[in-house]
Amino acid sequence: MSDGTIAPPEPRTRRGLRTDADWIRRNGVYVALALLVLINVAVTDNFVSENTLRLQLIQVTPVLIVALGMALVIGTEGIDLSVGAVMAIAASLIPLYIGYGTGVAVGIAVLAGAISGAVAGILVGRIGVQPIIATLGIMVAGRGLANLFGGEIKSIRDPGVVALGSGSVLGIPYVVLIAAAVAALVWFLVRRSTYGRQLVAIGGNKRAAELAGLPVRRVLVTTYVLCGLLAALAGVLLAARSQASDPTKVGLLVELSAITAVVIGGTPLSGGQVRIAGTIAGALLMQLITATLIFHDIPDSTAQIAQAVIVVAAVYVQLGRRRARR
Amino acid sequence: MTVSPAGTAPPPATGTVPVLETEGLSKSFGPVHALRAVDFALQAGEIHALVGENGAGKSTLIKLLTGVHRPDAGTIRFAGGEVAFDRPADAQRAGISTVYQEINLVPLLSVARNVFLGREPRTRWGLVDTAAMNRAAAELVGSLGVDVDVTAELGRLGLGVQQMVALARAMSVESRVVIMDEPTSSLEAREVATLFEVARNLRSRGVGLVFVSHRLDELWELCDRVTVLRDGQHVHTGPMAGLDRVSLVAAMLGRDVAEVAIEGATEFGDTHRQAVEPVLTVSGIDVRNRLHGIGLRVRPGEVVGLGGLLGSGRSETVKAVYGALPVRGGTVEVGGRRVRPNSVRHALRAGIALLSEDRKAEGIVPELSVRDNIALAVLPRFSRAGLVPERRIDALVETFMRRLRIKAASPAQKVRELSGGNQQKVLMARWLCTEPKVFLLDEPTRGIDVGAKAEVQALIDELAGHGLAVVLISSELDELVEGADRILVLHDGAVARELTGEHKTTSALLAALAGGRRRAEDGDE
Repeated sequence: MSDGTIAPPEPRTRRGLRTDADWIRRNGVYVALALLVLINVAVTDNFVSENTLRLQLIQVTPVLIVALGMALVIGTEGIDLSVGAVMAIAASLIPLYIGYGTGVAVGIAVLAGAISGAVAGILVGRIGVQPIIATLGIMVAGRGLANLFGGEIKSIRDPGVVALGSGSVLGIPYVVLIAAAVAALVWFLVRRSTYGRQLVAIGGNKRAAELAGLPVRRVLVTTYVLCGLLAALAGVLLAARSQASDPTKVGLLVELSAITAVVIGGTPLSGGQVRIAGTIAGALLMQLITATLIFHDIPDSTAQIAQAVIVVAAVYVQLGRRRARR
Repeated sequence: MTVSPAGTAPPPATGTVPVLETEGLSKSFGPVHALRAVDFALQAGEIHALVGENGAGKSTLIKLLTGVHRPDAGTIRFAGGEVAFDRPADAQRAGISTVYQEINLVPLLSVARNVFLGREPRTRWGLVDTAAMNRAAAELVGSLGVDVDVTAELGRLGLGVQQMVALARAMSVESRVVIMDEPTSSLEAREVATLFEVARNLRSRGVGLVFVSHRLDELWELCDRVTVLRDGQHVHTGPMAGLDRVSLVAAMLGRDVAEVAIEGATEFGDTHRQAVEPVLTVSGIDVRNRLHGIGLRVRPGEVVGLGGLLGSGRSETVKAVYGALPVRGGTVEVGGRRVRPNSVRHALRAGIALLSEDRKAEGIVPELSVRDNIALAVLPRFSRAGLVPERRIDALVETFMRRLRIKAASPAQKVRELSGGNQQKVLMARWLCTEPKVFLLDEPTRGIDVGAKAEVQALIDELAGHGLAVVLISSELDELVEGADRILVLHDGAVARELTGEHKTTSALLAALAGGRRRAEDGDE
């Protein structure tokens, strides 16, 4: 009796195909990451060392933090192209306000990210501008604003900020701890909080969520605020580590890395799902690809091409899955 | 009973060779037979109505005729020869134009550019000859009796004018066939009149027109002949003149006019107990071009049926009551208290729930679990300190899965993997969780298997028995007659008839469905 009633809606012939594509989408990133680690263990000198590990983790933090915010936005079937510019704004504000103390400067920088996110959220959630358009505008304007604030490269000598960038506890850099804390927090939000449940429901079927009385606009605004806030935090950490802020360079093209990390981590661009572990693995994979190429003296531009190939492949797998479902 | 055709209409061009003809046309989408061996013939110089309820196959037929889809079997003959269009553009080039409800023109270009899109007159240097184009367009549009600046951006004009431009384009490409798919559904009365003028104008030039509309009155006003489809099959073709409304509606719904209602065809029991004071009082609900002063009272324990043909405003009525469709005026009261209009959240809080007709688009969140789908509407109200009380929700979900006999592997199973009937039960559970006082059910048994259907019907009965006020929309006459204590029949967005007591029979309902618009309550046909 129950056999007939819970049969999946897809015709049988397509099930195998769909399941395979689904499996690749969900787990491909872990397989790829493991393979790349194994390859490096085999062919890269000094790959298995505390220093290499530390460096890789430190370098992945900005992209990872941005990607976690991006995963939330993509979960709502949105996209945020402004994250790189927000990083630059945050970094450019640090030298301006450092005179008031480390805490104030960092606070203002992060607040600026939240404000930028609020603007994006209101444009998308309340006014109904398409996410890609709204955040493209902020991306362009934000970079200009960062240049306005920052002007040229400024070095940062404040001991507090420097410690934030290069200090560590028990051998683990602060920045890595912060990234881990952010990951845990975002995981908690998505899995345990009402906000997270509402977010995935809205991304999964916005009209149904509206009719169920969910606060759709509020959730959308919150999501973009969180994304902006995390991007600003990433900008602060990047400035702290490099002990300088260059508004023309900070966060350049980070939106692409972040989107790539989220997508290859198995979060569908069509929304309705947020995969935190996948996003972390995705960010690590991107980082490791770049690092592997650098280890072997292959120029950075090649790494960018590799990144492009991966994102196209990842999106292709997603599309293939959706087509099979129809 | 019979409505005469418009006086100006020439006699239908019968006996001539059809300009467009299909034979044995079939099309399936997966397991669904959308169209089965349909024969259809359109004469030159006639306006041919194409009617049918949801799922009858009208849109499929149109899409096959215009090259959007290709038929699985059967042939299409156009202007005497067999054709197979690969793309809509092929059909258009051959001389078949389509005017959709949503217009497929370019809103950012001028009226003139749209009329001549792809065939713009050129100057001797190969550039678009704007002056000549505007002149020609102005002439053409003017000949349709439409007064519009042809250099204006199309998107800024009213929908009615946009439809005219689409027709002007059809004329300028010298189409031999024009298909109008629900062209009037979003037009004002004045715009409809102009559109009809243009359509008659085209007819007099020998163009064959296919006209799809849910407004039955329009068919007699405009059309020469009618073809009725039902469940993907051809049911009837004949002249409009002499056809009475009840016969037409009966053909659309698949009922014999003389047929006597068979009692006990559904799981509904007898009349429900009724309190005196209504819990839901709706008055004067007005939605632009859709609803005109709808009033409705439902007592606790009462099931009020909403009847009407497609496009009569049934779904719009419940959506407006639920705050999901912006209203221009009118009030909704639950238990004597005014509900803030146009707010789903206030309606929910007041105790109204709406089971939407479109399960896929407006109901389920396919990638979420059964559990999360059931708990969706109570999330905001259950939430404590921003967290979900998981155990409370688990208990609630378990209760409703058992009570509604939802068949799923576990509460964690994704809802898209369930059958239609179980998805529907999940949605009913979602709304029952909110402990509604008023439950608006829009086609609750459509598209679910027989067993689930009986269960849903029995559940509605049980809920009413426990004092819930229910508004039931159904296209199935039996379901409405047996499930509802009284039936309000809608026509063109207004309550036309109310059927109660002994008048609540299938044949009375059929007659009421066919009846004209805005008739006084309980007046004799």
